[in-house]
Amino acid sequence: MKTVVYVIFVLLLAVHHDVWNWQRHDLVFGFLPVGLAHHVGISLSAAVLWGLAVCFAWPKDVDLLEELPVSEPTAEQETR
Amino acid sequence: MNPGQVAVTVIVIYLALLLALGLFSSRFFRGTAADYFLASRGIGSFLLLLTLFGTTMTAFALIGSTGEAYASGIGVYGKMVSWSGLIHSFCFFLLGIKLWSFGARYGYVTQIQFFRDRFESDGLGLFLFPLLVGLVIPYLLIGIIGGGTTITAITGGAFPDVFPAAKGGIPMWLGAGVICIVVLVYVFFGGVRGTTWANAFQTGVFIVLGLITFTLIADKLGGMEAASESVARYNPAHLQLSITDETRAVAATQQAAFEAGTAPIKPKPREAIPPLAFLTYMFIPLSVGMFPHLFQHWLTARSASSFKLPVIVHPLLMALVWVPCVLIGVWATSAMIDGVALLPQNEVVRPNQVLGKMVKEIGSPVLGGLITAGILAAIMSSLDSQFLCISSIFSNDIVAHYFGHDRISDQARVAYGRIFVILIVALTYAIALAVPAKNVFTLGVWCFSGFAALSPLAFAALYWRGTTRLGAYACVLTVAVVGGYLFYLSNYGAPGHFLFGWSNYADPAHADRNVDFLFLGMMPVATMIACSTLALVLVSLVTPRPSAATLAKFFGNPKHAG
Repeated sequence: MKTVVYVIFVLLLAVHHDVWNWQRHDLVFGFLPVGLAHHVGISLSAAVLWGLAVCFAWPKDVDLLEELPVSEPTAEQETR
Repeated sequence: MNPGQVAVTVIVIYLALLLALGLFSSRFFRGTAADYFLASRGIGSFLLLLTLFGTTMTAFALIGSTGEAYASGIGVYGKMVSWSGLIHSFCFFLLGIKLWSFGARYGYVTQIQFFRDRFESDGLGLFLFPLLVGLVIPYLLIGIIGGGTTITAITGGAFPDVFPAAKGGIPMWLGAGVICIVVLVYVFFGGVRGTTWANAFQTGVFIVLGLITFTLIADKLGGMEAASESVARYNPAHLQLSITDETRAVAATQQAAFEAGTAPIKPKPREAIPPLAFLTYMFIPLSVGMFPHLFQHWLTARSASSFKLPVIVHPLLMALVWVPCVLIGVWATSAMIDGVALLPQNEVVRPNQVLGKMVKEIGSPVLGGLITAGILAAIMSSLDSQFLCISSIFSNDIVAHYFGHDRISDQARVAYGRIFVILIVALTYAIALAVPAKNVFTLGVWCFSGFAALSPLAFAALYWRGTTRLGAYACVLTVAVVGGYLFYLSNYGAPGHFLFGWSNYADPAHADRNVDFLFLGMMPVATMIACSTLALVLVSLVTPRPSAATLAKFFGNPKHAG
């Protein structure tokens, strides 16, 4: 599933360059320019993508860290 | 009460509410440095979402987006928002969570502490310090000047006898001063908790007010369909990215009709967006990976799980704020009420004035005051975090680090933080009054480019064991040198209309248009990132790696580290 997340990410980066819309000014739903609608779609897809990433590609090592006690800065650490 | 005074009243009520919220948050202050700078690492996911979003949104989200859409059409959304929706969450996910985990484990308060530790180099902190502070300060100035000038514009005519030089509006020095004092008070007393609460409140304010403004403007223009159809008729180029023969022909026809007095709208010329520039805008949002004020907010998270909501919802909030603003800007090019143009057709309307003029034409001073409150909310939700982060850097990375912890108690550290907040607010306010406003706004993209060009260092520090101390130095030095050179080529970020090799930015006929400075046909950030990454990798490959202990600390099993 992680691979699917990576593939969708790359796909969204690629379809951002929507040359096929650059010369169109028709309106979606009667008010939204088609180029703008495409990029709003990318924003919505980004939310879905990151939802998938949170579900299926969540870093394991930070969960491990969450189990450990959180330390406040010590003298040595704060002066680094 | 005249319309200007109504706007002043709305703004004063808003600022008073903000101040009360900030002061209330200080009642939860525990008196420790960890609480002042990091809210005792106790911020939950919803507050983290709102504060991260509010911090990344500036005045540009409301004023600039509308103005840019008016000047250049819908392309601004693709350049700024759909890239940011992907890349911001990418940075939160890959950098924020991991940096939070190291911050929680090893007690970091600032970025510089992390980099010093990761690269076993005290000098790297000193090297990074002027660059980080130098990149944040213009960003601060943009907020202060933007806030002051917005108040002046919207309160025009309020007190004609008291402030004749500002056309009766609250003068910039006073508006900016009040903003600084309000932010100073809640940052001073509430620290990062006050900042977070205020940011959450302000984020809600600018989202809600933006949507109200959008609805009222759409209604006034006869509905969303009518507003967009008017643009399709008079300025179709603003509804698409390219300029085509068809849109040129429409512009010529409508220009002739306007000159003959048979059309109410004069077509607005716009510049084409070069495809490579459109593509290389993708690098700008990487700046969030190195913003010191965002780093500090990441560290306030209660747990790694607190990042889940911001990572997912951030792109949606961006769309929610920007789509209405972009549509208002595009509609403004062809806005009519009962067949009469809403904006003046024979004079230059500067992009940053478009939102204010549209609101003013709607004719409601209360709405004018409310939208100004929304703009101030967007500005102040970034300003407060920046003030606090610079204060944290001075207190922790300079005073505490070089004077030694044994001589600085926890209380003294908070006191230093507060003293630095006062000094930084006073200094930036003084600079804001001294520099010409028009020269500051164009610096924004350069600040973002500088931070973005440093982001390879953050990624490499977390994900590449082979990154070395000297590689990190090379990266920072390259950003300073290459960024400085390109900034020089751009005529120090002079506003307006210029491309590599030629310039006509001083031509007032182009004051209503924006053209990006491009290098090799790309946004300069692309060259800066390529050079900084190359320097980082090449130097790291030929210089000694950090010690095994440090590598184990950052790349080993966390249960065995620290």
